[in-house]
Amino acid sequence: MELFKLTIEELHKQLIEKKVKPSEILDSIYKRIESVDPKIKAYLLLTKELAYNMAKKAEEKIMKNENITELTGIPVAIKDNMCLEGVPTTCAAKMLEGYKPPYTATVLERLKDAGAVFLGKLNMDEYAFGSSTENSSFFPTRNPWDLERVPGGSSGGSAAAVAADLCIAALGSDTGGSIKQPAALCGITGLKPTYGRVSRYGLIAFASSLDQIGPMTKTIKDNAILLKYIAGKDKKDSTTADIKVIDFAENLECDIKKFKIGIPKEYFIEGIQDEVKENVLSAIEFFRKKGAQIIDISLPHTDYAIDVYYIIAPAEASSNLARFDGVQYGLRDTEAENIIDMYKNSRQKGFGKETKRRIMLGTYVLSSGYYDAYYKKAQKVRTLIKQDFNFAFEKVDVIITPTSPTTAFKIGEKISDPLTMYLSDIFTIAPNLAALPGISIPCGFDKNNLPIGLQIIGKPFKEDDLYKIAYLYQKETNWHLKKPDIN
Amino acid sequence: MAILKKDVEYIAHLSRLNVSEDEKEEYSKQLSNIIQHIERLNELNTDNVEPTYYALDIKNVFREDKIEESIDKEKVFNSAPLIEKNGFKVPKII
Repeated sequence: MELFKLTIEELHKQLIEKKVKPSEILDSIYKRIESVDPKIKAYLLLTKELAYNMAKKAEEKIMKNENITELTGIPVAIKDNMCLEGVPTTCAAKMLEGYKPPYTATVLERLKDAGAVFLGKLNMDEYAFGSSTENSSFFPTRNPWDLERVPGGSSGGSAAAVAADLCIAALGSDTGGSIKQPAALCGITGLKPTYGRVSRYGLIAFASSLDQIGPMTKTIKDNAILLKYIAGKDKKDSTTADIKVIDFAENLECDIKKFKIGIPKEYFIEGIQDEVKENVLSAIEFFRKKGAQIIDISLPHTDYAIDVYYIIAPAEASSNLARFDGVQYGLRDTEAENIIDMYKNSRQKGFGKETKRRIMLGTYVLSSGYYDAYYKKAQKVRTLIKQDFNFAFEKVDVIITPTSPTTAFKIGEKISDPLTMYLSDIFTIAPNLAALPGISIPCGFDKNNLPIGLQIIGKPFKEDDLYKIAYLYQKETNWHLKKPDIN
Repeated sequence: MAILKKDVEYIAHLSRLNVSEDEKEEYSKQLSNIIQHIERLNELNTDNVEPTYYALDIKNVFREDKIEESIDKEKVFNSAPLIEKNGFKVPKII
């Protein structure tokens, strides 16, 4: 049996039955990475030595039957915007090349405590700015279903690694759709938790009112397992919610007849790829046949979400990225004779095009004379978008939409026109602005054999609803089991 | 509203970025397109709408003001481009 193909659930069973050792799983995955990743380019860094040490510790725990969790000995890969002490963390940015953080992100501390094993760091768009992973300072990642196409982004390395069996599960981060969109384009399961569900401590900040870390996995069950270990209040992130973390994976069965599913007409618009629409509609039909109540709803301000997002996110980013000034860490221009030139030259050398574009856009909408017209206006429309969802959730339990308007696009196709690129996130942005949890699961393929994603949006902190509904779907469909033929 | 080359220069300075002549052209065009798209928000009347800064209700979080161990200074200086004695070294400011 090829161990790299398995899920957390399957490997855990084999581990506790002592049929397999954590180090053997690692051997299998690193061999897989060696043969396949040169084509995919999902990894920025492999942490082999660390991984084998962690695997050894996991093995000792298993032998002693002590403190075993569902993640003990399970290899997980990490998007490269999460800090791991002493291990290079770059955010796929030239600015941070060689940077070794002096501390570890809370999510990684929690995974480590649970006995998980860290395989390496995954590629992404620089600072998570992008929807294709083409903005990585180092190299683009390729979609395992078609190497000429993008894996989506910004968590493109994470999605591609899961889809190509280059890890058992991965962590991504989502600001405007950076987990859900690549999950859809690579045919995997990706959850963006409710804002405040997972600690952001040690996540290199993009837009602090939107950023969330979430699990990217092969199945719903694995996703629920991973969330359980990373979620919960953290005193190091005061925006984490003090809400009980339930065992999401324990009870995934549900009585679908009790669920009311909302279908917003604004998400089935002109311009969306026919096959995406058809497959999402057949998934909705699946739920109707199972007895769920399907209700037509309206989220009237949907169309404005993209504009709100491209004010708020760059505004917050321009402020967050002020820290990259060449003083405390990162790239530094040593020629400059005064401090302003030192800042400017260091930032010029260290930042990519999209990063500079977003910093300037954010600086502009926050600048004197424009703050009210753009930033404050956007925050007001954000209220209207949130109210749309509040109103809808009085009538329904969850909302189903496509995750992205199209399947994976070609590398280079949208990179020169930032606005077109931004539009690939139109369906994931609105729920994110409202802090809502959302999951993308595979629901079919187009004629080019590219995966299609279905988005389920839930009420705040009702990730369990999303898991239950998606679990029912995955129990009776096999889209999520299909594997790309990589060549 | 169009973002002219001189606006790009001004924003770049505020952002502490250098931009080349070519980049000024490119950013002027791209930022104008984006701003034009964004201005659709003016179609909406928001006179009586409160802004949302955080989408969920969050309250200020207080803690006891007590000294706790923090990250080791040496570790922090390890990733600094230039240090001298106990500080980050920068070009002369005043």
